[in-house]
Amino acid sequence: MTEITIFVLAVFVGFEVISKVPTTLHTPLMSQTNAIHGIVMLAGLIVLGYADDGLEYVIGTIAVAFGAINIVGGFMVTDRMLGMFAKKPKPKASSDGKGGA
Amino acid sequence: MVEAVFQPGGDAATALYIVAFSLFIIGIKQGTHPTTAKRGNLIAAVGMAVAIVTTLLLDGMGNWGLIFLGLGIGTAVGVIASIRVQMTEMPQMVALYNGVGGGAVALIAWSEIRHGISLGEDFPLDELIPVIFAGVVGSVSFWGSNIAFAKLQDLIPTRPIAAPGQQVINAVLLLAIVVICVILAVDHESPSQGLFILLLVLAAILGNLVVLPIGGADMPVVISLLNAFTGLSAAAAGFALDNVALIVAGTLVGSSGTILTLEMATAMNRSVSNILFSGFGGAPSGGGGGTGEEKPHVSIGAQDAAIKLAYADSVVIVPGYGLAVAQAQHAIKEVADELEKRGVTVNYAIHPVAGRMPGHMNVLLAEADVAYENLKEMEEINPEMSRTDVAVVVGANDVTNPAAKNDPDSPIAGMPIIEVSEAQEVIVIKRSLSPGFAGIDNDLFYEPNTSMLFADAKAAAAEIASEIGNL
Repeated sequence: MTEITIFVLAVFVGFEVISKVPTTLHTPLMSQTNAIHGIVMLAGLIVLGYADDGLEYVIGTIAVAFGAINIVGGFMVTDRMLGMFAKKPKPKASSDGKGGA
Repeated sequence: MVEAVFQPGGDAATALYIVAFSLFIIGIKQGTHPTTAKRGNLIAAVGMAVAIVTTLLLDGMGNWGLIFLGLGIGTAVGVIASIRVQMTEMPQMVALYNGVGGGAVALIAWSEIRHGISLGEDFPLDELIPVIFAGVVGSVSFWGSNIAFAKLQDLIPTRPIAAPGQQVINAVLLLAIVVICVILAVDHESPSQGLFILLLVLAAILGNLVVLPIGGADMPVVISLLNAFTGLSAAAAGFALDNVALIVAGTLVGSSGTILTLEMATAMNRSVSNILFSGFGGAPSGGGGGTGEEKPHVSIGAQDAAIKLAYADSVVIVPGYGLAVAQAQHAIKEVADELEKRGVTVNYAIHPVAGRMPGHMNVLLAEADVAYENLKEMEEINPEMSRTDVAVVVGANDVTNPAAKNDPDSPIAGMPIIEVSEAQEVIVIKRSLSPGFAGIDNDLFYEPNTSMLFADAKAAAAEIASEIGNL
């Protein structure tokens, strides 16, 4: 039952944390949560780490590779999207500030 | 060399998993605000790193060669794909990453079943049920996401594709899946692997058949829904493996993804079940499109557009998917810069579903250095429209169609729109009068205060910017 408790609480945390998001951030946020479900790679690691027959090796390796694509690609793409929101330094400041190393 | 190995399910591993999912929660929370979103993503990534390292240090892990092979291939593909992808292609990239996540879940479920059967012991139901759930949902998500990717990438037609009697076929498939699940659960002392594989295959077919009939316009909602599904299936895998990090992270994605899906569907005034079970702009409503008869419209050139804009006090730019396709964001920003030099107020009206995903336009415009404050959401800009001199529609279509408000029989009736026709004048930059995603004609083009500028958005904007500079 402990796991069910954790599950139900996590459902509510998910609802609470996400409410009232500006439309602007919907795509990046979807992409970030998409990267987070790459956590399933952990299951792939465990399954592969304890595997002991040929087909399980193959399945496990593919699962780990899929999970890694999900995680690495997901976080990187999100970072690229959000990089566009970063405040860029004013051209003036950057040209003046170049003097000192 | 590595002494600090953790017992699976032991205190140390659990503590680190708690750290990991706490970082996920903080990361998502910060992802909801523009100033902290980038940091939030990094925090979540750190959480993921903690979770992965913890798992690698679990006692008894082996097959290191294969683990690093999988990690290496996956990381390389992920890095290369996300560096090379164009900003316009972000939605399909998310679909693809979601798909591989679902695929991983389905494979893990299969492996768990094999492992359980090979041990020859009774499969406890509290392990078997999550495994079955993970297998079915993961498989649906994998194939559904791939179809969504293919549609957005124009590998297959974006229009709804449906066979006659499709609903019946889907229902039969779903029923078959449920029956097999029950058989597997009843026979939990020695579940059949063949039956489980059949289950994965049926779920794969269902994933294909459910997404194929959905039109391109609804794809964002579908991807968001599949994202939530993949999260839930990851949580199910967590139940099977007693892994608290998977349960919490998967569930977080499941519930947050559900909210996001509902928000998107609301913005389009469509229910999720409507999207899933009826093709938007499908066969019945497609009639209005390609008839030879042309209604009268006003067509202008870049110079006229430049003059109208330069002598306005306030201008609202309404971007759509056409802007993304033409990569016109920088050229549009130039137009805005020229106008601002002349003291014209320029704002951008962002429809919640403009582009192919909520926030799609914002990302593109931010890339062109448009200030966040100038991006106005629909509810904010609509009351301003009547006080706007010129509204410029760049590659947007359905989201400006007054039929949504005026014609109760229109397929998009009731969808909230950006009320550009309220503005004094409207300039529509578009390549032709052809209908948008919804496959219906746009009455806006034929209104007396609308001028059509037929051109590629990027070329037209560049021309307008230089014309304004010359005035």
